[in-house]
Amino acid sequence: MRYVDEFRSRGAARHYAAMIRQLTTRPWTIMEICGGQTHTIVKTGIEELLPREISLVHGPGCPVCVTPLEIIDKAIAIASRDDVIFTSFGDMVRVPGSSKDLLSVKASGGDLRIVYSPLDAVKIAQQNPSKRVVFFAVGFETTAPANAMAVYQARKLGLQNFSILCSHVLVPPAMEALLSSESNRVQAFLAAGHVCTVMGFEEYIPLAKKYRVPIVVTGFEPVDILQGIAMAVKQLEEGRAEVENEYTRSVRREGNVPAQQLIREIFEITNRKWRGIGEIPVSGLGIREEYAEFDAEKIFNVQNISADESKVCIAGVILRGLKKPHECPAFGTDCSPEHPLGAPMVSSEGACAAYYQYRRFSAEPKEVREL
Amino acid sequence: MTKNEAPFSNGTTCPIPISEYPHVLLAHGGGGRLSQHLIQKMFVPQFRNESLELLHDGAVLRIEADRIAFTTDSYVINPIFFPGGNIGELAINGTVNDLAMCGAIPRYLSVGFIIEEGFPMENLWRVVHSMQEAATSAGVVLVTGDTKVVDKGKGDQIFINTSGIGVIEKSVNIDPRRAAAGDAIILSGNIAQHGIAIMSVREGLEFETTIKSDTAALNSLVHRMIATCPDIHVLRDPTRGGVASSLNEIADSAHVGIRISEESIPIAEDVKGACEIMGFDPLYVANEGKLIAVLPAAKAEEMLSVMKSHPLGKESQIIGEVVTDHPGLVVMKTKVGGTRVVDMMSGEQLPRIC
Repeated sequence: MRYVDEFRSRGAARHYAAMIRQLTTRPWTIMEICGGQTHTIVKTGIEELLPREISLVHGPGCPVCVTPLEIIDKAIAIASRDDVIFTSFGDMVRVPGSSKDLLSVKASGGDLRIVYSPLDAVKIAQQNPSKRVVFFAVGFETTAPANAMAVYQARKLGLQNFSILCSHVLVPPAMEALLSSESNRVQAFLAAGHVCTVMGFEEYIPLAKKYRVPIVVTGFEPVDILQGIAMAVKQLEEGRAEVENEYTRSVRREGNVPAQQLIREIFEITNRKWRGIGEIPVSGLGIREEYAEFDAEKIFNVQNISADESKVCIAGVILRGLKKPHECPAFGTDCSPEHPLGAPMVSSEGACAAYYQYRRFSAEPKEVREL
Repeated sequence: MTKNEAPFSNGTTCPIPISEYPHVLLAHGGGGRLSQHLIQKMFVPQFRNESLELLHDGAVLRIEADRIAFTTDSYVINPIFFPGGNIGELAINGTVNDLAMCGAIPRYLSVGFIIEEGFPMENLWRVVHSMQEAATSAGVVLVTGDTKVVDKGKGDQIFINTSGIGVIEKSVNIDPRRAAAGDAIILSGNIAQHGIAIMSVREGLEFETTIKSDTAALNSLVHRMIATCPDIHVLRDPTRGGVASSLNEIADSAHVGIRISEESIPIAEDVKGACEIMGFDPLYVANEGKLIAVLPAAKAEEMLSVMKSHPLGKESQIIGEVVTDHPGLVVMKTKVGGTRVVDMMSGEQLPRIC
């Protein structure tokens, strides 16, 4: 398969692994932002190819993981109503809220439907005029254009039975929160390729300058990740701190301008609470007042629901790259994909799920004989 | 296209034997005249055999064998007609395959239909007709059956249960606990076709593709494999949960480790592409016409060439080996040269695919 196979080739992987070994003279800690990148790293065993000096820490870029508990509780409250068809991406339905998850709402008779696109939810609203259709709009800048498009289309179609429960988050403020924290140990970032496909990478330049940290926009295939690491290590070794683009087949400096315009049309920047991390200023997107009729939080009057995080789950520490999943005492014992305590064990982009699925037998990479 | 239409007919041109009732009624499962009508006009002529024609309460069979294998499975797939097959042939092939995976020669099947009131008679006919074709081609006889009709809304078109009996020859001892360190693992062909074919026609997710279900009866392939090496240790058909789940079950039953190589796993380009788009790991996607064999490594190359010479095993590959390390776990060497655990599937990747 073109554009996939060449980025999974053993030859290219070995080439970049050798380059990284050659460049590295001392220990470096690099954070991959996106949960999709974390999964590639763990699923393909990339760390086994790296020299010991390179330490990868897993970042907060898992939209499901950082969606606050109270938003899940709000979703459950809305989805439990008889007059509602609640639509969501599949990942969200198994994330535990305070007392249950969305799937259990379905089991007790709620009309919950998994969709692949928010526009499918708009279609469901058209087909079911007697029901109120709500889409669970979570995610980073990557999913924001499609969610904005759903609202835009709903208004154009004159739909009065469609709304979104919005909990959008933004990457650069989260990076800034990590970098300005005293406990920070990240020396370079692999920025999330898909986020930058939408937003471009100009907004990362001030961050790289202010905190003297190399940022490499990186894709999601194993060879992308290895090349991204090689570029980051090269900068670190040379004492540079710039924004570079590894993912050139998808990302342009200015990003996707029409998509950004659509985001600005529907959403405005707002403060946002991140699950396990807390409130980060100007780190989210909320629905503009002009589109308030599509804001499920207002329509269903659930603004006042609040919730407390589990005391056992250390998701926040993991999402900030301070610990790895297997260092959590509940990992694989009290917390598993069947009985998750926190979202990172559920989501297909969650670091805990990646460790559980792909690296359970030895949390540290282990050499396995060639077949 | 509504879900009651049959877009993927298997080309039957036989006229429907019951024309006065366009839809199945509650009375067709009530035990009275309409039930009798359905059995005598549709089922008996299709599955014609001595035992069924007696219309007795059960089949009386004479079986001479060292051991017999006995299995049952229910089929609730949605949609019932899909690219490459339908629920009827799936119900025959699935149970035939379960018997074959015990090392048995499948002989007799029973069938139980649970039909939703209002189900088009035409569709029942298509299903029954393709069951007959699948049974004939697999060399099994449908000797007894039952039909129930449930109120509209209490079922989903049609559910089928089939049970089967097969005979096992003395020299054969297939048992998941027999997987032993040093054994080779062979997979009989391209994975993930059935699951992806079903996904491509599911409501709300239709996409254009030529990917077809791989549903097939594997007993003739197994017959040839046993003739080549009667000492096959384990056979499994990786249906729901895919290759990953079957390998985990074997590792768990035998308390052994399994090591496979990603590069050796056969998969068609179009299926790989569809999995990429939908975010599925093909190792967890269902197959309905593939098997995994675990056997002594010394016999592996010979077995591979025998399997490749069979139409259902052309793409066979040796995908890995059984090891003493990490008992109970399946570990895969990835294409880029790392390793990962291949875990048991958690939850459902695709709902109701068989």
